[in-house]
Amino acid sequence: MHRFANPARFLKIARPLTVAALVLGFALTAVGLWWGVFHAPPDYLQGESVRIMYLHVPTAWISMGSYLGLGIAGITILVWKHPLAEVALEALAPVGAVYAGVCLLTGSIWGRPTWGTWWVWDGRLTSMLVLFFLFLGVVALAGAFDERSRGARAAAVLAIVGLINLPIIKFSVEWWNTLHQSASITLRGSSIHPDMLYPLLTSAVGLGLLMASAVLMRMRAIIAEQRIAARRARLAGDAA
Amino acid sequence: MKPKHQRLALAGAAVAALGIAAALALPALQDQAAYFYAPADVVAKGVAPGQAIRLGGLVEKGSLTRSADGLTIHFRVTDRLESVPVDYTGIVPDLFREGQGMIADGRFDADGTFKAETLLAKHDEKYMPPEVAKAVEKAEAAAKARPEKPTP
Amino acid sequence: MNALPFVIAAYAVGAIGIGGVLVWSWVSMRRAEKAADALRGERR
Repeated sequence: MHRFANPARFLKIARPLTVAALVLGFALTAVGLWWGVFHAPPDYLQGESVRIMYLHVPTAWISMGSYLGLGIAGITILVWKHPLAEVALEALAPVGAVYAGVCLLTGSIWGRPTWGTWWVWDGRLTSMLVLFFLFLGVVALAGAFDERSRGARAAAVLAIVGLINLPIIKFSVEWWNTLHQSASITLRGSSIHPDMLYPLLTSAVGLGLLMASAVLMRMRAIIAEQRIAARRARLAGDAA
Repeated sequence: MKPKHQRLALAGAAVAALGIAAALALPALQDQAAYFYAPADVVAKGVAPGQAIRLGGLVEKGSLTRSADGLTIHFRVTDRLESVPVDYTGIVPDLFREGQGMIADGRFDADGTFKAETLLAKHDEKYMPPEVAKAVEKAEAAAKARPEKPTP
Repeated sequence: MNALPFVIAAYAVGAIGIGGVLVWSWVSMRRAEKAADALRGERR
């Protein structure tokens, strides 16, 4: 497990991965969104506002997926005390918050012409807002301590407790009467026409890769900052 | 037991406890967390006239009529079990139409008509181009026009 | 209702949010790695 704890080993893999994810992510996002906005057909009911889906749905999937990653990082921190998991948790939380925020805002902008309202307090919208606040809470807790790994441990607890929100978001539209529609893509298939589904999946992969590259960049920044802090501490020790 | 295994067991127990707590709490939330009442809920629970509630369901096909003033609409909301009449005066969302979902805030009057104060259109999970929707509608109409199989 | 302003607004939000987080991550990574390399040189 601690084989990957070595930052040098991690950086050796992370450097090429960062660039690859960034370039491929940009390309696929551009293709998927261009396809969805300019080439996919309008919806029979929603008309042109369906084009918001190509941004809203991927950010919803990715922010939920990244929260799962945050919870796994939290468990790894508490059980294995893995230093790289602390870096991952700290790097992931702000990027996840941005994706969840984009999901909420684009959903609100879609809701106005479609439902006739910007916001309602139904099960899906409320639980998604809770996810956004959980990301912010992890960011705040991780930065609240002078000692980095104490902050990471506190944030790890919150990240793990918050995992319970993921099934609530997923099944909110089945358990409760909600304004939000139920899932279009299930194990039984998709109720989204292929002409709309393919651009959606393309931009989802692209936006996912962009998130991965942002997280890798943040992790590299944190590792470099840690190295600077360690070096400064050593230099101060030598001078004394 | 190594400390690592102890921590693993503790984390596992905590996650399991959390899951059980949620599994117990969520069904209890069922009523409170429901965003709206369906017509069958209204009939089963007996909502008093004048009580503010939120009603949701499908706009029954063929039930939508407009008053002479052009602003007030009348329709029936159904969940395929029960249906209730609704009146609404005001601007209607674009997606509001027969056969689609809607959610309204308001109260029942003494005659059992729901006087809606706000009206939202509910979208379903189907996304398709207009031509496809037209084709589906045609196919459904054709299926309906076909005579029923004779029963022996 | 004309959907165009809503579509444009949604994509503006997405570009600002996701573009912003990418630029911030990139800049902070470059700055931190440069500073770490400079500090390593200092010691020698």
